[in-house]
Amino acid sequence: MLAIEIKSLTKEYAVGFWKKKRRPALKSLNLTVETGETFGFLGPNGAGKTTTLKLLMGIIFPTSGSATILGKDFLDPDVKRRIGFLPEQPYFYDYLSAPELLDYYAQLSGVAADVRKQRIGELLGRVGLSDVGSKQLRKFSKGMLQRVGIAQAIIHDPEVVFLDEPMSGLDPVGRHEVRELIQSLKDAGKTIFFSTHILSDAEALCDRVAVIHKGELRGVGVVNDFRSSLAEKTEVIWLGANALSTVNSLLAEVHVTADTVRGTVQSGDLDRLLEKLRQQGARLISVTPVHRTLEDYFLSKTKEEEKEAVTL
Amino acid sequence: MTSRLSAITWNTFREAVRDRILYNLVLFVLLLVASAPLFSQISIGLEKLMLVNVGLSSISLFGVIIAIFVGIGLVSKEIEKKTLYTMLSRPVRRWEFIAGKYLGLLLTLVVNTALMTVGFHVALLIFINRLKSADAMLLVAVYFIVLQFMMMVAITLLFSTFSTPIFSAIFAFALYVIGTFGEDLKNFAAISQGVTKWLAMGAAYVMPNFASLNVISQAAHEQSVSSGLILSNTVYALLYSLAVTVAAVMVFERRNLK
Repeated sequence: MLAIEIKSLTKEYAVGFWKKKRRPALKSLNLTVETGETFGFLGPNGAGKTTTLKLLMGIIFPTSGSATILGKDFLDPDVKRRIGFLPEQPYFYDYLSAPELLDYYAQLSGVAADVRKQRIGELLGRVGLSDVGSKQLRKFSKGMLQRVGIAQAIIHDPEVVFLDEPMSGLDPVGRHEVRELIQSLKDAGKTIFFSTHILSDAEALCDRVAVIHKGELRGVGVVNDFRSSLAEKTEVIWLGANALSTVNSLLAEVHVTADTVRGTVQSGDLDRLLEKLRQQGARLISVTPVHRTLEDYFLSKTKEEEKEAVTL
Repeated sequence: MTSRLSAITWNTFREAVRDRILYNLVLFVLLLVASAPLFSQISIGLEKLMLVNVGLSSISLFGVIIAIFVGIGLVSKEIEKKTLYTMLSRPVRRWEFIAGKYLGLLLTLVVNTALMTVGFHVALLIFINRLKSADAMLLVAVYFIVLQFMMMVAITLLFSTFSTPIFSAIFAFALYVIGTFGEDLKNFAAISQGVTKWLAMGAAYVMPNFASLNVISQAAHEQSVSSGLILSNTVYALLYSLAVTVAAVMVFERRNLK
């Protein structure tokens, strides 16, 4: 079943003094996300990621197109009871304490009073904020606010969670903690749609990714395909720089440090290279297939236009 | 719906309290105490007249200032600080947000006015020694002041949905000043001719009329206010506030938030 279905979603802003010019922020986006999937929405800054999320949350209205979440129109109040949202760099009512904020949002999402009390305590523990007490949010650090942000997004136990740049601005420890939290949501079977420009996060967490650039969808890929695809190249490291002259013609790239050689070979030439190294008495250290990474995919999708422009 | 509405109302009230809005009560008390030496130098009859005028005018002025300066930020601050993002991603309808904000600020003003009224009556007891049944008119005057607040909150909320806080404050204050001369506008319409008459008449109906809601002078002179005026003022304030709040909802319903 589809958790999210976006059809030709378009957003244009009127610009200029007379508001007659149209600046497209999102160009006819078509996208589907399966239930239980963790979907990464990738793109450089200003690509249209936040615009898409703001449209889906009803913060701005589309110029054309439509979307459904859990089979219903995305603006249906019933849908909003079943989704959670963490905005980019969240700002909350800073005169409230974390339990007060969570209680307020849970109430708005229709969570019963007795359930609220139990869930607030449980969630604060889960995001590592069980000891904050009645401290107002204005005294929280950025990392603590991000954790409150995740807690408010899931306080009502939503089926689909939208996260806009959940790791942005966090230190390595904070990023690790947020990553763990997202992983736990994934393990709990939630559908997660998160936008990011940090590819390692997407690679670690996502089942599928979409790349958006300049408001346009450039491609959708399965992350596992990058990992399981047959490697086109293999990296070989050995001790014995004197063998280099014999095998140099087989290597695509080579780096030598003292007596250690690190060379990259086309996978088809691997057997011949290993045979020659054995004959030369070189000591093999490692043989590692070089897979195509998410970064390669991302760069190929975001640079397509530039290449086309150069060709023209 | 009622649960969401009451949650937004309560949170708006809580914000005002934590932002120390109610500290104006201290100023109010200081104002009354500071005027005390003046009262004691005036003869008995005028002493009360002055105290009632100062007390009720202060209640009105403090409330209008709160209505304007808190009201202008009710929506615009939420847009600017992006707190609306997490709000609108929940099953909160935009009209519920506006209605909750309206009721929250009105609740703040009602509580503020109630506390000031208690303080004002204590001051009356201290300086005049006893209250008479005619002093019930003072409560009618306070009630009319609250009706003014209902209208002012709706007006500032409307501006807050589409304008910046500075312009909202200027517009709202201008409307308040025009509103205090509401009766003059009507009188001008009555003596005018042709297009001017229609324009003045239109303006008199569109602009708030706070003049008929000001009975401070009558209350100070212990003159009674007819039940007809109480009823018509109540209906007028309710309808005016409702119309302006509906306008605020209509603007906000269509607004793309940055």
